[in-house]
Amino acid sequence: MTKPLSAPLEVGFDYTRSLGPTLSRFMTALRQRRVTGVRGSDGRVHVPPAEYDPVTAEPLTEVVDVASTGVVRSWSWAAEPLEGQPLDRPFAWALVLLDGADTALLHAVDAGSPDRMRTGMRVRVRWADDRVGAITDIACFEPSDEPALEPLDDDGDPVTMITSPVRLHYRHTASAEESSFLRGLAEGRLLGQRCPACGKVYLPPRPACPTDGVPTAEEVELPDHGTVTTFCIVNVPFLGQRITPPYVAAYVLLDGADIAFLHLVLGCAADEVRMGMRVEAVWKPREEWGPTLQNIDHFRPTGEPDAPYDTYSQHL
Amino acid sequence: MSDVAVVGFAQTPSVRRTTGTTNGVEMLVPIFQEVLGGLGLSTPDIGFWCSGSSDYLAGRAFSFVSAVDAIGAFPPITESHVEMDAAWALYEAWVKIRTGEVDTALVYGFGKSSAGHLRRVLALQLDPYLVTPLWPDSVGLAGIQARLGIESGLWSERAMAEVVARSRSDARANPLAQLSGEVDVEDLLAQPYLADPLRAHDCAPITDGAATIVLASGDRARELCERPAWITGIDHRVDSPSLGGRDLTTSPSTVAAGKAAGADGVSVAELHAPFSHQEILLRQALGLGDEVGVNPSGGTLCGNPMFAAGLARIGEAARRVLDGEAERVLGHATSGPLLQQNLVCVMEGRD
Repeated sequence: MTKPLSAPLEVGFDYTRSLGPTLSRFMTALRQRRVTGVRGSDGRVHVPPAEYDPVTAEPLTEVVDVASTGVVRSWSWAAEPLEGQPLDRPFAWALVLLDGADTALLHAVDAGSPDRMRTGMRVRVRWADDRVGAITDIACFEPSDEPALEPLDDDGDPVTMITSPVRLHYRHTASAEESSFLRGLAEGRLLGQRCPACGKVYLPPRPACPTDGVPTAEEVELPDHGTVTTFCIVNVPFLGQRITPPYVAAYVLLDGADIAFLHLVLGCAADEVRMGMRVEAVWKPREEWGPTLQNIDHFRPTGEPDAPYDTYSQHL
Repeated sequence: MSDVAVVGFAQTPSVRRTTGTTNGVEMLVPIFQEVLGGLGLSTPDIGFWCSGSSDYLAGRAFSFVSAVDAIGAFPPITESHVEMDAAWALYEAWVKIRTGEVDTALVYGFGKSSAGHLRRVLALQLDPYLVTPLWPDSVGLAGIQARLGIESGLWSERAMAEVVARSRSDARANPLAQLSGEVDVEDLLAQPYLADPLRAHDCAPITDGAATIVLASGDRARELCERPAWITGIDHRVDSPSLGGRDLTTSPSTVAAGKAAGADGVSVAELHAPFSHQEILLRQALGLGDEVGVNPSGGTLCGNPMFAAGLARIGEAARRVLDGEAERVLGHATSGPLLQQNLVCVMEGRD
């Protein structure tokens, strides 16, 4: 069996999150180069602040200022920093107990070498130059017995939201069955497969027939014409839209297939498209073909008489 | 309420990389056939299906819905999913049987960790306000926990290497293990650090894989299986998500779950410890003495299919009862960072 097709898949999104009162106070203080915690029911000072007491579950409201200096409680060495981490050179991850706090904060320590790290060492906050009210306003910690930079009051509004960018990188792999379908498309062929249990022809073929739970197997080449089983008229504009509305997105059941797939129907007025309409593929120029269903630019009416309802009623 | 037993278990080989899709279908189809075929069951015989997996691992939305294709869900099935290790799906299925709603359930978990960058993907299970924006990776966090235990005298780099050497040696008897073989503790300690104080061998490998378990109630279990592994106790607990706010050298949630599930008197325990020091920690938390055989399969350090490895621990433990090798066994699963959430399942044979 030839190797399944694969391609990079980049997933990126910016989470926006509302902070609530406790974290809002904490983040606003960070913007001013201050670290604050909250006093727990047992008198302990939680830094970062807990919204609810971890033991009694009571809401916690008493804000306590703590220092921007503290002690390393434990650490590990990040020899090869990863994307998004606080430093792009080797550093230590550490739990730092700030002076005046009873719980430790996780952050990076810019120590240069693991030889300069030890549990119990003194560190101070290195504040970011541009602070927005986020945990990254603490650029990192640095080994030092000296105080950190003084707080810098601002008259900005309280921070109520944070934006957290997420960027993840994957290698997406098509199934073996999908891969043969995609390779067929690159040659202008439509290759489906038949389920060995129920005999249905799937396009694209699947690693498991959803009815029987077994991979489709026997290859079936299908023609590039078929029947509109159902459709909708797109009237709403959206980001990335290629065609000016109104236009028709339709399920097309190729002759000999048992599963319809979604494509465009163009070449007639949108209000002329109907269930049972016979359509054929309009392929892009051959030099533009690749392993993708986009080789078919759209479907257009063939002008044949409509297919009788019975021929597609089981495929709706 | 009816007793519930594990009656079947199957898993894929643990491998570094598969060519399948991230929806797990290619890994699930053969193990469903294996576990159902072994019991003489087919899809319509199963009353409830429950899975564990993660869209972040798969890099696509609703990947668990595509996975349902592997079942052949016609006529329609009753199905549920947890976005965590499938051991918690097993808990849901156990509840479903206990309530009398169904008498059989099939639980499965799958993960294709090779599709993405596992150490970064796992940063998304952390506090999204205070921690994830720093992108701490799973290995870096585990290193902090390991050092806390080392400096408290609870374990040592040597004791951690001994866990690795024993696990790899035991895994020689497990043909599905990803890593196995005789390794020398001195050689392990001579290896460079990956995330000081952790070396590469202290960390579970990156694995693609899947696992499945069939549960059945009282009489049904006895019909299906000569020696069911009866669940005598199952419990799961969670600790604070605040990494600096809890004692990382122990696991209160494991202690509590172990007590509630009745961990005393087991002869075999499969512990879900993705890092070597965590096996020692869990052993201490569960009060397992030297007489208890820990991770005879080689454990998670020899194969770590994400979202299936915890379920596989329960399966591996149950298998010792099903095979008649052991009377009373324990399976443990963990979820979240640094053993934040823990499940303990105690099972026994009844002759």
